[in-house]
Amino acid sequence: MLTKRIIACLDVTGGRVVKGVQFEQLRDAGDPAELALAHSQAGADEIVLLDISATHDKRATLADTVRRAAQQLFIPFTVGGGIRSLDDAIAVFEAGADKISINSAALANPSLIAHIAERYGSQAVIVAIDAKRINGEARFEAYASGGRNATGRDAVAWAREAEERGAGEILLTSMDRDGTGAGFDCDLTCACSDALRIPVIASGGGGDTQSFIDVFQRGKADAALAASIFHFGLHSVANLKQELRGAGIPVRWPC
Amino acid sequence: MIAVVDYSAGNLASVKKALDHLCMDVIVTRDPAVVARAEKIILPGVGHFSATAVLEQSGLRTAIQQKIEQGVPFLGVCVGMQWMFESSAEAPVTPGLGLFAGACGRFPDSIKSPHVGWNSLACDDRSRLLRGIPSDSFFYFTHSYSAPVVEATVARCEYGREFSAAVEQDNLFGVQFHPEKSGELGLKVLKNFCDL
Repeated sequence: MLTKRIIACLDVTGGRVVKGVQFEQLRDAGDPAELALAHSQAGADEIVLLDISATHDKRATLADTVRRAAQQLFIPFTVGGGIRSLDDAIAVFEAGADKISINSAALANPSLIAHIAERYGSQAVIVAIDAKRINGEARFEAYASGGRNATGRDAVAWAREAEERGAGEILLTSMDRDGTGAGFDCDLTCACSDALRIPVIASGGGGDTQSFIDVFQRGKADAALAASIFHFGLHSVANLKQELRGAGIPVRWPC
Repeated sequence: MIAVVDYSAGNLASVKKALDHLCMDVIVTRDPAVVARAEKIILPGVGHFSATAVLEQSGLRTAIQQKIEQGVPFLGVCVGMQWMFESSAEAPVTPGLGLFAGACGRFPDSIKSPHVGWNSLACDDRSRLLRGIPSDSFFYFTHSYSAPVVEATVARCEYGREFSAAVEQDNLFGVQFHPEKSGELGLKVLKNFCDL
């Protein structure tokens, strides 16, 4: 049976893992290569590394960070953040990524999705969407530039376009829930999952075990991604997966 | 020496890295002459079945066929395994090697596609490739087309329908999953092949 994936995310800047709340207030969480390996050994099904560097100087270390992390990983490894062109994507693939994730660059230049997919296959292209509720209702707008700029685009419609253009998966982050641990936005993931044929990775708000059960059952997510709850010891991936298994969610366990 | 055949279809870095980790003597090559002196051949594959047309044009197909006839162990991964069948609905005009009867087909429209993630295998005890792999172990898949269950099938997987997760016959081996991305058990499958 196809299992639900638990993905550990490393937000990286200047070669260090950091984690914020609602895209701000960064805290240091450790070395990317060490954390990637630790999460993999604890049973994470995939690792995502997102470069959230604001400056060019800090971004220059990305290829080296990716190379060091990839060296010890034998599970799928996705890298995103700041990939603006096919050349940027190539550099990250050559450093050892299996998939790349693009966000603002895809919004600005949707044909980039197809350009990367033609060269590396759709399975290697994840389109990340940062979505925010409109007036608190179950309608969602896509944001660009790390959540700073509203695009005026409906997040679900954009996800569908990304699929048509060759995205292999959608990484869907609820900006309202990011870093809060208050639970995933199941309305958002469900709306997207129902509209698409490709898998949806839920992100933003993962907290207790029940929040993961909810996003898989009510939210119809194919995978769930979390960062801070794993790094700061609120959960180990292993404990989470055992509890999900106990609750009847199909997960890869034992690993 | 193990030749990993590069036919410009995607990213071979992870296959190379896994074999390096196992301390194997590996060359990633698109040169039929290198394939001709390989002791084992791995044909990886991500992306589209039509990419295998490059094998025909570059002389790699002939080089691989000759080595297979000589009994050299051959492992096809993902699209590389699908290429061992007669054809695929993904690119009907591109012929496969036809080592196994049947055509690869698309997943039904009623389920999500591609099939992405970790799924469990029902393994056959006879398999040399899957030696030491318990049934119900999980492996990482990412594909939209799959090969039918045939006599050479040594592991079956279920997604919308049953398909071949691994095939094996004499010196021919194929896996639909990605052993280089399937953790310790995936590395074990690669090691089993390297140790043949």
